[in-house]
Amino acid sequence: MNDAARPAPQGPMIEIQGVSKWFGDFQALKNVSLRVGKGQKFVVCGPSGSGKSTMIRLINRLERHESGRIMVDGIEVADDVKAIEAIRREVGMVFQSFNLFPHLTALENLTLAPIWVRRTSKQAAEDLAMELLVRVHIPEQAHKYPGQLSGGQQQRVAIARALAMRPKVMLFDEPTSALDPEMIKEVLDVMIELAEEGMTMVVVTHEMGFARTVADNIVFMDQGEIVETGTPKDFFAAPKTDRAKLFLSQILGH
Amino acid sequence: MSAVLPRPPVLPGPIEWLRANLFSNIPNALLTVVALYLIWRYLPPFVNWVFIDAIWRAPSSTACRAAAEAGACWAFIDEKHRFILFGTYPFEEHWRPGVATLLFLALYAVSAMRRFWRPWLALVWLAGLALIGILMWGGVFGLSYVENERWGGLVLTLILATFGIVFAFPLSILLALGRRSEMPVVRSFCVIYIELIRGVPLISLLFMASVVMPLFLPSGVTVDKLLRAQIALILFSAAYLAEVVRGGLQAIPRGQYEAAEALGLSFGKRTVLIILPQALKISIPPLVNTFIGLFKDTSLVVIIGLFDLLLALKTAINEPAWSGVGVEAYLFASLVYFAFCYAMSQYSQRLERDLSRGPVARALKDT
Ligand SMILES: Nc1ncnc2c1ncn2[C@@H]1O[C@H](COP(=O)(O)OP(=O)(O)O)[C@@H](O)[C@H]1O
Ligand SMILES: [Mg+2]
Repeated sequence: MNDAARPAPQGPMIEIQGVSKWFGDFQALKNVSLRVGKGQKFVVCGPSGSGKSTMIRLINRLERHESGRIMVDGIEVADDVKAIEAIRREVGMVFQSFNLFPHLTALENLTLAPIWVRRTSKQAAEDLAMELLVRVHIPEQAHKYPGQLSGGQQQRVAIARALAMRPKVMLFDEPTSALDPEMIKEVLDVMIELAEEGMTMVVVTHEMGFARTVADNIVFMDQGEIVETGTPKDFFAAPKTDRAKLFLSQILGH
Repeated sequence: MSAVLPRPPVLPGPIEWLRANLFSNIPNALLTVVALYLIWRYLPPFVNWVFIDAIWRAPSSTACRAAAEAGACWAFIDEKHRFILFGTYPFEEHWRPGVATLLFLALYAVSAMRRFWRPWLALVWLAGLALIGILMWGGVFGLSYVENERWGGLVLTLILATFGIVFAFPLSILLALGRRSEMPVVRSFCVIYIELIRGVPLISLLFMASVVMPLFLPSGVTVDKLLRAQIALILFSAAYLAEVVRGGLQAIPRGQYEAAEALGLSFGKRTVLIILPQALKISIPPLVNTFIGLFKDTSLVVIIGLFDLLLALKTAINEPAWSGVGVEAYLFASLVYFAFCYAMSQYSQRLERDLSRGPVARALKDT
């Protein structure tokens, strides 16, 4: 991976190089490197506390890394506020706990950032928002408040809200972990459709069915390290490390 | 088929109501009896004193008390209401503070209506306050100049309270945000300010404003007494309000900040569009509590000789002709303060209800 400096025609969307991250004295990430090309789908898995969230939160600077280098679409993730804002416009994020704005309707949740960050006109923002709500299959909920929606509906609104900024990359941090089982599918279906449209995606999830269908690459993390990377086929059929084997047996076991 | 039970009666009869609410158990029944006794014993004499035997017109308190079985001497209020409402403002110009008072009430009424919560409301306030200033001071449009040493009574109380809230509230939001800032200088400044100001009584601040502050001003520069008291009141209330707002800010989950950040909203936009609307809404009860406190605290300006409602009353009962009407005077003052504070309290309860019901109502309309 030493060809990073060369401007490749198909440059990576996200490039993480030798990144470490500490919380106080605790090292949450240890010399992590990852390269996500345009249009690629990465699924990140690993035991709880292994640093999955921390890693993807570094990409849009919700956390700050102490060493190493992160590039997003050619912009370095650093302290520069302008660069961070530019990156955040390009990177959409979906959280485990939805984090919709409870004082705004679904539609207003979607139009807020386009209007205030992208300076889109209200009309154009609303048109796009309705289009996206159709895409996530809940146009009829446009004028409801988050508190009136089911978890699955909220998460789909959250996906649409991120898409409303027309991002080039979407990050998902366990988007279905907080959902009741019967709602998981409706969210995963939306994500699969998004993948089919060619979005670059990094998804932290334990939904291995989704990983098989969608992922180009599986990243397995443990104790702050990327232990293994591979195609779903290889990873599921023949995990190279014992740690991955143990993890897979635990989540697929029963 | 399962048996269908008849629905229990929704409205119980009066006997059931009494039993359920007033006599449900022995302590409850005892309390009810004691309360009834106290009401029977004290309410009729009080009503007699306040209304039935009250003297509504009389030239002096001696005339009031002359009648046998004399009740409250409301004649005092009748005779002195101009002085109570307008203090030492020139008598023939009383219409000016009168109109100013009505303007204040109109501003409150307009601001209370949520459909007027638009940017232009700020302009309405600006115009309203300017008009009040012109009326009170005069010196233009053929109005004679009245220095603010002579302002007094209810209108002064309203001025102190209104400007107090209008300036202290935004200041408190800045202080609360500053206290949570990641910049050490900003944070320490806000912490020190809030803790220092909250740690001293308002009275000592007012004293400092009236006695100490002039010592530090360059000679020749004078800031008038009213303005100094107003500033002290604003700075004092802001410290209290800041803690209330901070409580609201703390109740907002981290995820809200992160979602707003992830969307690329700058700090200012995150704060104004996402965080403050939620934080202020949950802070309404303690905010209004503090506003009410501020309204009543304005009465402390008597300490430095400003002629507010309370001092006007006190001065009036010191007149020999009206000696001994202290109870009536203070009851009246309480009534005026109560009217304003109760209105604030009722309004805040309605606002809370509207803000939590509004969304639902709007959503139901659309489905
Ligand atoms: N803000 C934080 N402060 C301190 N420790 C943290 C913080 N966030 C995460 N950690 C720690 O870093 C490690 C990795 O956390 P995380 O990235 O959330 O793991 P995962 O998402 O894989 O479960 C955990 O041990 C966690 O306790
Ligand atoms: Mg996590």
